[in-house]
Amino acid sequence: MRYSGLKVLAQGVMGNRGWRPAWRTPAPKSEYDMIIIGGGGHGLATAYYLAKNHGITNIAVLEKGYLGSGNIGRNTTIVRANYFLPGNSEFYSHSLKLWEGLESDLNYNVMHSQRGLINLFHSDGQRDAFARRGNAMINQGDDAILLDREGVRSHLPYLDFEQTRFPIYGGLLHPRGGTARHDAVAWGYARGADQRGVDLIQNCEVTGIDIQNGRVTGVQTTRGPIRAKKVGMVAAGRSGQVAAMAGMRLPVESHILQAFVTEGLKPVIDHVVSFGMGHFYISQSDKGGLVFGGDLDFYASYAARGNLPMVEHVMEAGMTLMPMIGRAKVLRSWGGIMDMTPDGSPIIDKTAIEGLYIDCGWNYGGFKAVPASGWCMAHLMATDHPHEVARRFRLNRFATGHLLDEEGTGSQHNLH
Amino acid sequence: MRVVNKGQIDRSRPIGFSFDGRNHVGFAGDTLASALLANGQRLVGRSFKYHRPRGLWSAGSEEPNALVTARQIPNQRATMLELYDGLAAESQNRWPSLRWDVLSINDAFAPFLGAGFYYKTFMWPRAFWEGLYEPLIRRAAGLGKLPRSHDTGRYEKAYAFCDLLVVGAGPAGLMAALVAGRAGANVIVADEDARMGGRLNAETIQIDGQPGDQWAAGILAELASLPNVRLMPRTTVTGAYDGGTYGALERVGHHVAAPGADLPLECFWRIVARRCILAAGAIERGIAFANNDRPGIMAASAVRAYLNRWGVAAGRSVAVWGNNDDAWRTAQDLAAAGVRVAAMLDSRADPARAKGPHDFPVFTGTQVVGSRGRHGLEGLQIRDPKGTRMLACDCLAVSGGWNPTLHLSCHMNDRPVWREDIAGFVPKPGAVPGMSVVGAANGTMDTTACLAEGARAAQDCLKDLGMAGVDVDLPQADDGRFDISPLWVVAGQGRAWLDFQNDVTVKDVQQAARENFASVEHMKRYTTQGMAPDQGKNSNMAALAVLADATGRGIPETGTTTYRPPFVPVAIAAMGAGGRGKGFAPERFMTSHLPTVERGAPMIEAGLWYRPSYFPRPGETTWQQSCDREVRAVRTAVGVADVSTLGKIDIQGPDAAAFLDFVYINRFSTLKPGRVRYGLMLREDGHVLDDGTTARLAPDHFVMTTTTAAAGLVMRHLEFVHQALCPQFDVRFISVTEQWAQFAIAGPKVTRSSQQPARDAPV
Amino acid sequence: MRLSCPLCGPRDRREFYYYGSDDYLNRPHSDPQADASSGGWSDAWEDYLHLRDNPAGRLRDLWYHEGGCGAWLAVTRDTSTHQVFDVALVVDLKGKAGS
Repeated sequence: MRYSGLKVLAQGVMGNRGWRPAWRTPAPKSEYDMIIIGGGGHGLATAYYLAKNHGITNIAVLEKGYLGSGNIGRNTTIVRANYFLPGNSEFYSHSLKLWEGLESDLNYNVMHSQRGLINLFHSDGQRDAFARRGNAMINQGDDAILLDREGVRSHLPYLDFEQTRFPIYGGLLHPRGGTARHDAVAWGYARGADQRGVDLIQNCEVTGIDIQNGRVTGVQTTRGPIRAKKVGMVAAGRSGQVAAMAGMRLPVESHILQAFVTEGLKPVIDHVVSFGMGHFYISQSDKGGLVFGGDLDFYASYAARGNLPMVEHVMEAGMTLMPMIGRAKVLRSWGGIMDMTPDGSPIIDKTAIEGLYIDCGWNYGGFKAVPASGWCMAHLMATDHPHEVARRFRLNRFATGHLLDEEGTGSQHNLH
Repeated sequence: MRVVNKGQIDRSRPIGFSFDGRNHVGFAGDTLASALLANGQRLVGRSFKYHRPRGLWSAGSEEPNALVTARQIPNQRATMLELYDGLAAESQNRWPSLRWDVLSINDAFAPFLGAGFYYKTFMWPRAFWEGLYEPLIRRAAGLGKLPRSHDTGRYEKAYAFCDLLVVGAGPAGLMAALVAGRAGANVIVADEDARMGGRLNAETIQIDGQPGDQWAAGILAELASLPNVRLMPRTTVTGAYDGGTYGALERVGHHVAAPGADLPLECFWRIVARRCILAAGAIERGIAFANNDRPGIMAASAVRAYLNRWGVAAGRSVAVWGNNDDAWRTAQDLAAAGVRVAAMLDSRADPARAKGPHDFPVFTGTQVVGSRGRHGLEGLQIRDPKGTRMLACDCLAVSGGWNPTLHLSCHMNDRPVWREDIAGFVPKPGAVPGMSVVGAANGTMDTTACLAEGARAAQDCLKDLGMAGVDVDLPQADDGRFDISPLWVVAGQGRAWLDFQNDVTVKDVQQAARENFASVEHMKRYTTQGMAPDQGKNSNMAALAVLADATGRGIPETGTTTYRPPFVPVAIAAMGAGGRGKGFAPERFMTSHLPTVERGAPMIEAGLWYRPSYFPRPGETTWQQSCDREVRAVRTAVGVADVSTLGKIDIQGPDAAAFLDFVYINRFSTLKPGRVRYGLMLREDGHVLDDGTTARLAPDHFVMTTTTAAAGLVMRHLEFVHQALCPQFDVRFISVTEQWAQFAIAGPKVTRSSQQPARDAPV
Repeated sequence: MRLSCPLCGPRDRREFYYYGSDDYLNRPHSDPQADASSGGWSDAWEDYLHLRDNPAGRLRDLWYHEGGCGAWLAVTRDTSTHQVFDVALVVDLKGKAGS
């Protein structure tokens, strides 16, 4: 069923009883050509692009909970292509272009809003670093504008220019950066994949990966065994557990990242603002809530909830940067499981086991990557070759030294 | 209207306030809500999507409709705003006025604005999304308006420690506090109300022959006299965290007419408790029926609260409707106070309570199927086995049962458990380490049992804490059994509202099910039910029941969504207290900071430190001029820089040299005492960690310098290397960064000037 | 969140710095001559620095009492529930690799 404004009007007139299910609820078959483990943003996008770009539709996406129940279901919704290093730069640039066509491609309004993203800087050294980053973005074919203090003030007059702890020297403006409605992305990809014949199997937890003679033959699940020649592990924070089923250890440590939303307010913040010295980022959703977050809690965790020290640090950062938000009330806090890697960059690669592929290590930047991750993982699984823009996301790069360390902080997982 | 001889308000202290510019009078002890109701102001807000007129629903922090702006702070619940002289409150989300709101036209378009409609449209043409549709959606969204000025309100944070934290000062909580308090434990009792006592302040229940509120006052007086007990009214415990840590928000200054400069508005507490007893009571729920959202339709327990605690009759002719025994108390209390009860309607066919006599008409087996009255209730359409008819009334007190307030017990991942007998969810035992749940929060619905449970839980805690218990007489209350027959939704002509704030109806939830958003989490996100400021406190149960029915599952199988802190919304300024301005991070100053500033040097940030970028001289107009002169001075004569910010680590011990050989890539054991060497240390992945010069003062004594930024990192690294990798080395080190000033002196004339004896000349 | 430092008693999480898993205690010996072809790199280093079991359950990890006594602590806890089972001083542990 195709969505459109006319359809909304027609269905409304008829009491809204004619809406069809957004996706089927198929029972798992005993065999598929391919299995995707993980029904989150990346897994669903992978299935979608396998079907759309490669004509492969005999696929099952196995999700242990409800579709989109992982990090795609709760994040700060930022979409941007402002990475510096070759390896990352072209990937996120590709992703942003996919975002720009996503609504019409999926026939689903993911509410992608390119309202502009501003990275503030607070010293001469930081300005230089952001100037280099901006030039790298422009070289990549993307957009960047270096703002001085007054330039920032013209966009963000509500910042505390006088009293803030770390003075605002300026900012790097990325006009095509912005936000999107996270649930809609999951649902749009799910519906798109389902319409093309992909089976989305919810409440189906993978409990084992079957391997014979160094080659994957299928999986064991809570709903029975399923055979497949190719299996993709796309389980984000739970990648370690899934990979362990194949006898693998990953360069991943899972951490908790908290985020927050306030009660709905009339429009007051029109950009995405990122405050490097406090590690704080904020935007306003279309429902009116201020959506913001900061650092990891910094200890390994699967609890998907954090503790007060980081909660307070994030709030304090907000207060020093833009004290107008003091009167806004935090409505809800949540947490997700972040798959942190030693260089802060992701992995889309084959494994040593034939037919077994992995897409993980997104740290806490996975949302903006959803389209390109699905695109590239689909390419890899379909052709057995990495896509050009993801070719550096190797699993063994930590051993070979080909690190993609944007922050330059080194091989400790929680420093990225 | 006010009722004579009822209420705990102080009629000798009238208070003037205004609402939407109109002046009214209330009394000390009123909330804005009770005062508005007393003054006949039934219309208090407009709903988010359809701008439907709304009135007060509740008397507590769960209030979904009466959200106002006061003192520039949006989204305040009128039920929690204590009246003070000059309180000026404005309603929200309406234009040009509350009574005549232009956007109420949205309601006419409701069929096109149902669940998820925006995902199915606004996609074409592409440019229109950001240019037209999104700005419109954003302007229509949100309830309150945030001023763009800096929030200069005063907020504080504090810590508290105790043996036992009692959350909720109703009957169960008071008994728990009494037992533990008398036993000598350190007890904190937190209650979100200004007046502690919980439902005892709102009911006509008697305890040991005394009115419940007086019994509570007596207990509170004893607790206040105990030095080991701390009473914290106006304090909402907002979250349960690891290690017995609880977040709590105390409303310190909101109720003060003219707060002094050093009175904070709010204080955010971190309470560390060895044990916690959650006695937070329960929140009443309604029953959904066609047009169940008109002003004048209220929770039955709220009607009692307004009557008994604030002496306000919520209407002149009040109909009461429920599916349980508790609702009857409303009819009885109203009738006893001389307020006309239009009818007592019970959905159950043959409830025990119906056996008379009664001071009001009673109809059993009766459901409300509709209502009328746009800006305020005028009548109900009721249906019983005999047929359908109209009942004139201006207030409906409705009770669909109670939801235990178990949120804190589910903050650490667990889900609650369904109990058929009360048709509600109760906490799972042991869900939060160290927390036990008692009273209505635990599904215990009669007051005598609540009192006993609170006492027993405290005795158990004392035992856990290794303290002796105390003997306490268990009081007796006079309320009876609680029987309930589940009823969530009544079908009828017109929309039945579930989430009053986000305007989510029964039809929306059914549509979500039809579109296969069958998981309760999918239904919530798709319809936005439960995502508004009340976080579903007033709609989760009914929505869940509708979804269960629509997907052919039972309620327990459908399950609840995740419970998350904060229990009530908390201002960013409160949790971020101390962060404004320079408070966010420490400021570190060099030894020569004052003389540097006196010389007019522009200061720049180097991490947390302030360092001069250059020292301008008179006549110099650009930084280039000053820097050129300083560079020339160093190249031709001598220059001095304060480098006190560099890390300095004093390292001593017989193995100090061997230790440095290990952490640096170059050798320091060969360095002669009295000499300095540059050192480079690497990370474990082979990249540079830090560099600096290290001096050997004696065979077993070195002083290492690090870069400014990496000082703490290097210290940590050295400690790790020593403790984890080379514990056999006999070496000790300590940071002396702030103990010693350090100046770099460079230039061809250095040797000569450094050989002068040290003098007291200013630098 | 609180940890019981063996030297200082129960302290708030704010006082501690988190490093990572106790894999960091298994520092391999490095013999540049033996590993000449890989420049000193080996699977042992990959294990030490990068690969992790990363369990959703009990593990032991390393915390530094930065805001207190400066002791490095080995904390045995559950990453799914945050329950802490044991806190030991790293210096008291046996069988560490060093060189």
